[in-house]
Amino acid sequence: MSAVDDPWLDPAQAQARLARTWGSLPGWWGALATVDHKRIGRRYLVTAFTFFALGGMLALGMRMQLAQAGSTLVGPDLYRQLFTVHSTTMMFLFAVPVMQGIAIYTVPLMAGTRTLAFPRLSAFSYWVYLLGGAMLWLAFLVDAGPDTGWFSYTPLAESQFSPGKRVDIWAQMVTFTEVSALAVAVSLVTTIVKQRAPGMTLARMPLHLWATLITSLMVVFAMPAVMLATALLIMDRLVGTQFFAPSGGGDSLLWQHMFWFFGHPEVYIIFLPALGMVSTVVETFTRRRIFGYPVMVLALAMTALFAFGLWVHHMYATGLPRLGNTFFMGASMIIAIPSGVQIFCWLATLWQGRPRFATPLMYMLGFIVVFVLGGLTGVMLASVPLDLQLHDSFFVVAHFHYVLIGGAVFPLIGALYYWWPKLTGRMPGERAGQWSFWLLFIGFNVTFFPQHLLGLAGMPRRVYTYAQGLGWDGLNLLSTAGSIVIGMSVLVTAWNLLRSLRRGEHAPPNPWDAGTLEWATASPPPTWNFAHQPVATDAHPLWRERESLPCMSGLALDKRELLLTSGVEARPDVRETSPGPSIWPLATALAVAALFVGSIYTPWAVVIGALPVTVTLIGWFWPKSLREDE
Amino acid sequence: MTNVAETLHSVLDPAGAHAQQIVSLWDLTIWICAAMYFLVVAFTVGLLLKRRAPSGPSDRALKQGLIVWTLAVVAGLAVLGVASVRTDGALAAPFGDAPLHLRVTGHQWWWDVEYIGGGDLPGVRTANEIRLPIDTPVRISLASSDVIHSFWVPSLHGKRDLIPDRPSEIRLEPRRIGVFRGQCAEFCGLQHALMGLTVIVSSRAAFDAWYERQAAPAREPTSAHARAGRQAFMDAGCATCHTIAGTAASGRVAPDLTHIASRRTLGAGTLPNLRGQLSAWIADPQHIKPGNRMPAIDLDAPSLQAIVAYLESLQ
Repeated sequence: MSAVDDPWLDPAQAQARLARTWGSLPGWWGALATVDHKRIGRRYLVTAFTFFALGGMLALGMRMQLAQAGSTLVGPDLYRQLFTVHSTTMMFLFAVPVMQGIAIYTVPLMAGTRTLAFPRLSAFSYWVYLLGGAMLWLAFLVDAGPDTGWFSYTPLAESQFSPGKRVDIWAQMVTFTEVSALAVAVSLVTTIVKQRAPGMTLARMPLHLWATLITSLMVVFAMPAVMLATALLIMDRLVGTQFFAPSGGGDSLLWQHMFWFFGHPEVYIIFLPALGMVSTVVETFTRRRIFGYPVMVLALAMTALFAFGLWVHHMYATGLPRLGNTFFMGASMIIAIPSGVQIFCWLATLWQGRPRFATPLMYMLGFIVVFVLGGLTGVMLASVPLDLQLHDSFFVVAHFHYVLIGGAVFPLIGALYYWWPKLTGRMPGERAGQWSFWLLFIGFNVTFFPQHLLGLAGMPRRVYTYAQGLGWDGLNLLSTAGSIVIGMSVLVTAWNLLRSLRRGEHAPPNPWDAGTLEWATASPPPTWNFAHQPVATDAHPLWRERESLPCMSGLALDKRELLLTSGVEARPDVRETSPGPSIWPLATALAVAALFVGSIYTPWAVVIGALPVTVTLIGWFWPKSLREDE
Repeated sequence: MTNVAETLHSVLDPAGAHAQQIVSLWDLTIWICAAMYFLVVAFTVGLLLKRRAPSGPSDRALKQGLIVWTLAVVAGLAVLGVASVRTDGALAAPFGDAPLHLRVTGHQWWWDVEYIGGGDLPGVRTANEIRLPIDTPVRISLASSDVIHSFWVPSLHGKRDLIPDRPSEIRLEPRRIGVFRGQCAEFCGLQHALMGLTVIVSSRAAFDAWYERQAAPAREPTSAHARAGRQAFMDAGCATCHTIAGTAASGRVAPDLTHIASRRTLGAGTLPNLRGQLSAWIADPQHIKPGNRMPAIDLDAPSLQAIVAYLESLQ
């Protein structure tokens, strides 16, 4: 019996076999056991955007409190929880996971393969992420939200100054999300390096894949630093080690080094995937390959490399040796060069082509205008003398919202409009899309531009109140007004997208006339992604092969078989079986969560909790009686 | 909360030698950045306007453009980098022995201020307020008794952190007479927002007169009411934490009150130092600055008023 994809097989029959092999299990059990990267990716997106909305509401709460001098709407204790949970949510539960969610969904499709490299691992990482996020928010709802900032500087975060469990919850939430992010990163790197469609050489690889690859490598190097740091912090608090406690011979600055060694790359971990999205959308809406493709790839790599050499620019005011500061100042300024080069290449591509100014592209233009301003204030903050004045003031708040909202959220929402037809099979409304863009663009600038001026007027960050007559009142009120407009934009986008699920036009496979492989299959794609293994003859196979896309046959239909290709040239290498649905990733995630949560309360949880983790891992890795691969 | 701001203050309106140097660097930076930003925005907005243009620039032209643009970015950064290093060096330049040496210690959430005496100069201790003579370099040793704080008086200089295990130092050189506000700039817990600091720069003569008064022990109360207040102060346990030089009160964990009446604010810049505010503060400090370390002490109205009268006499 022919169990392989062969060109003479009846397409309907082949389809039926693929559906049987790649389908999820039925019912709620199937939903819990699924390893379909598209379902997991969608879950990531829904969860991350939910956290985005929650974190946004906290931001509105802070803006309401700061709208007037001496306001008593929010007290000091709630306020410190608001800004800690807001920033922690946005960094750990929204920005990193949402970028990974987009990657989990799009990378296998764009690379032209049937699924991710380690599908169970990505199922596991989603559950860990969800449980970690739920823990943080449940804690916040019962007034146990972390309250020492998303950076939790020691010794403030030591139990002497922060008794209770708030800081432990923060530290363990970090552990949850970092385990999850690392697992996804490993999966993405492997997928991009080993599972690209035959013919998709590195030189033809879409920039979105480059950006995801480089970001994932950054995750692998940056996240362990913060996991180590939070583990040491928890030990300080739980078992009385004194790593960061000056009273016990520890070093409070050590925490800052370890945190920012992760914390600065973290910013680029959020920002680089967005650059890939910008390139993707610019290419599609100009119908051209990006100008200076090799330069773009080098710029991404250079950014990633330098991102690890800047962390001290968060610490100029601590009084480190001047020579060291100068080195980090140099590195912090140099990183502006690759960004400048990329801005040029996008604008060049747009000027060469005849851009269609649809919603996704508008968001990318908004990205350029907003992000570049944030980049320039970043150069100012890189300068030691200027930073001494601007550091920890509202100027910095303005700066990093320009780079993070401008540099990541604008491209992300643009990308969401762009891939929405692929995700859901429905077209989002264009008019509402344009409205959402202009509301966000105006609301954003009205909210955050005045904060530069507040910082220059001496307003420090993380203050729950301020006195009248300091010249801060009007600008704060303006900023609050702007934040309401941002909220409106988010509502318009949410309404637009949700409405399209019912009333939107049905999306054809390639509604934007894009050139990359994810548009070569139905919208939304079947669980097996492609009827046949596609072959990439160009960086934009769908533009080159307008009539029919070349493909390869020979993959098994009765088991989950993938084609592995060589890392550089993407030559067909071996066939590999991909695991099917399993409940073990969820069980393992629950066991890991029990260990992490338990260790907030007693060190014995690590010992006792290791047992269920071991059991579930044994279950997960129990050898299957599958037929050996030929 | 009432208005305690004395003057507006801004990074861009320097009143000290160091802040002035930083502003010069800022002026250079803002022009270079503005030029870069103008170019990017012009080319982005231009896209929306050129919609109907027939064809774009050639690859060759763009390649040259990319080289020119990159060189321009590098040149801009180089200018800023060199200027920053020079300013950084200038800020750190030693200016010989500063005639005035202070020690400022950060506490949750107030500033302990000591003028280190030496020779025939007596020491002075105060809190949340620093008086400086104009045009005189001053050396301030910084330390923290608990968590990390940051010393920031934008009109005079940038920030310097107060780290418990790492003593450090900042130098100021005021160039203008006036009252300048400062505030803790590193998040230090619940009342980080209400950890203000006032710097009063005056003429040398006014400063010397002030210094002489501060160096003297607390004035003997002249009225019976104030004397009763002193007694109530001692009885109510205030002396466990506060010092009033010349009396039995010698606590070290709270602000020195020897010349409290000469200060402009209460509660580290939280309230103006007026009779009503002082009395409200003593009656219930937790209401005004929740979480601060001063407990509300149960005082009957006459004792409260007497204590206020006594403290008000401590000029």
